Amino acid sequence: MTKISGRAMIYGDNLDTDVIIAAHRLTHGSDVDSIFQFAMEVIDPKFHEKVSTGHTIIIAGKNFGCGSSRQQAPEVIKRSGVKAIVSDSMARIFFRNSINIGLPVFIVPGFSSSVKEEDIITIDLDLSQVVNESSKTATSFESFPQFMMEILRSGGLINHLRTKRQEGAVSE
Amino acid sequence: MNMTMTEKILARGADETHVAPGEFVNVGIDLALTHDVLCGPAAKEFRQLASKVWDPEKIVVTPDHFIPAKDVESAKLYKEMQDFVIEQNIRNYFPLGKHGICHVILPEEGLVYPGSILVGTDSHTCTHGALGAFATGIGTTEMAAVFATGESWFRVPDSMKFHISGTLPELVTAKDVILQIIKEIGVDGALYRAMEFAGPVVSDFEMDERFVLCNMAIEAGAKNGIIEVDTRTQNYLEQRGVKVFKSIESDKGAEYVDEIDVDVSDLEPTVATPFLPSNGRPARDLSNIEIDQAFVGSCTGGRLSDLRDAAKLLRGRIVSERVRLIVIPATQEIYLKALEEGLIETFIRSGAVVSTPTCGPCLGGHMGVLAENEVAIATTNRNFRGRMGHPTSEVYLASASTTAASAVEGRITDPRDIT
Repeated sequence: MTKISGRAMIYGDNLDTDVIIAAHRLTHGSDVDSIFQFAMEVIDPKFHEKVSTGHTIIIAGKNFGCGSSRQQAPEVIKRSGVKAIVSDSMARIFFRNSINIGLPVFIVPGFSSSVKEEDIITIDLDLSQVVNESSKTATSFESFPQFMMEILRSGGLINHLRTKRQEGAVSE
Repeated sequence: MNMTMTEKILARGADETHVAPGEFVNVGIDLALTHDVLCGPAAKEFRQLASKVWDPEKIVVTPDHFIPAKDVESAKLYKEMQDFVIEQNIRNYFPLGKHGICHVILPEEGLVYPGSILVGTDSHTCTHGALGAFATGIGTTEMAAVFATGESWFRVPDSMKFHISGTLPELVTAKDVILQIIKEIGVDGALYRAMEFAGPVVSDFEMDERFVLCNMAIEAGAKNGIIEVDTRTQNYLEQRGVKVFKSIESDKGAEYVDEIDVDVSDLEPTVATPFLPSNGRPARDLSNIEIDQAFVGSCTGGRLSDLRDAAKLLRGRIVSERVRLIVIPATQEIYLKALEEGLIETFIRSGAVVSTPTCGPCLGGHMGVLAENEVAIATTNRNFRGRMGHPTSEVYLASASTTAASAVEGRITDPRDIT
């Protein structure tokens, strides 16, 4: 997982968790398979169609994922086939939840204004760069602290902790 | 080195003498909160990590969202939660009958103390900062890790200080103050930051009102809201059986990334229009907005003081025929007190319905979901698209007084204009 590529799917500012997955869908608990088809139902009925045609990188404005702590929000996005989210800023609980479930998310201030819906985006984790292949521009972002990178590379916090335990790094 | 109270609490939790904003710290958790929606999912992930929680005394489980179970799925969630509670021998459990909305029942039960570090699988966990604690929301996976290890990592937040002064006009409340603050700074105005509330108005506020300020810190994107401990806090804690704690104050020379003066003398009853809590406007400017439903309840506006405010306006009045007024006390204790004070009778005589404590309608869960194009005014915290039901429905956020006045008039009404 050093490079992630896909077409851009663009959203605006303050896209909240109620819009990503409505609370009344949460009665299914962590059974994401039963609810992911409702992702973005409130604002974008074409969300799944876009993902299936290769729009797998969400590019968004400010404060993406604001609102609730429901982890199902990043989970339904990931389960729908989205590979990464790049936003100008991001709500903190959504950010943590995404890293913890192994969904790569990147905060790149001002980036969204330079991207169009069909643009091809590549995120290079080693170089901490997001590249708009269509306009041939690269923007750097602040790299993750080591521990966060390890969580992402493990595919989420649970796998990360399990691996650490197996290595004997964490005492029981 | 001077520190804010948020920095001091995190430093203590990390066993460091000093921490600074931007630094990552690993801290011990003093209290971990979860509820019916996310306990089961967190438990499933926890079982992949360990078989016994790190400390059952430091876990509190409060069913509140979909209770009493609204369908088979939520009944299953409740059962998964209860199975975990029994399996792990968790004593701080508030099942149906002893229940209440998590952010109201925790302080009531004396589980929150100054200087403590509290995490909850609910974004409004920031409420508890009103008792001088560091309290913030986390997700289920992270809670699973907390259950297993008793630790979590944080980036030490920058702190913002809100100095609230002036004389609060009649029928203008803490809810109006926080809506005004969010209007000024925006829904991301405190992103990743601590919001520290101070000043004479905060000192004059009862605990119920202070909780409202911290409760809505998340609506400005904040990591936590926090208020220093004073005599009023100490009295509250003593009444709730919290005896031993070390109160923590911000140092005089502590650094704030922003210090904002808020004068409330000219503040009006404020209503946040759809679809953001930052869309605050004077209630009087919205008197053309007709409503279908009014809701007094939730972790923001279902405390005893809210019920008293609503009942005061409703006494001797009748709810408009076109409005459904729903009143939900936040906890069993509040429900009982409201009953003893005659508030429940006032609600029923005025044409309202009263329900057992639940988050219910606030998140469009149950007990008052909105149909297509319906409009509600509510004492809740979020007015996002589809929050209380159909994606085309609309929610206006207001105080209990404004909500009750609007229920009587059938349209958004400044409580001072009610005749």
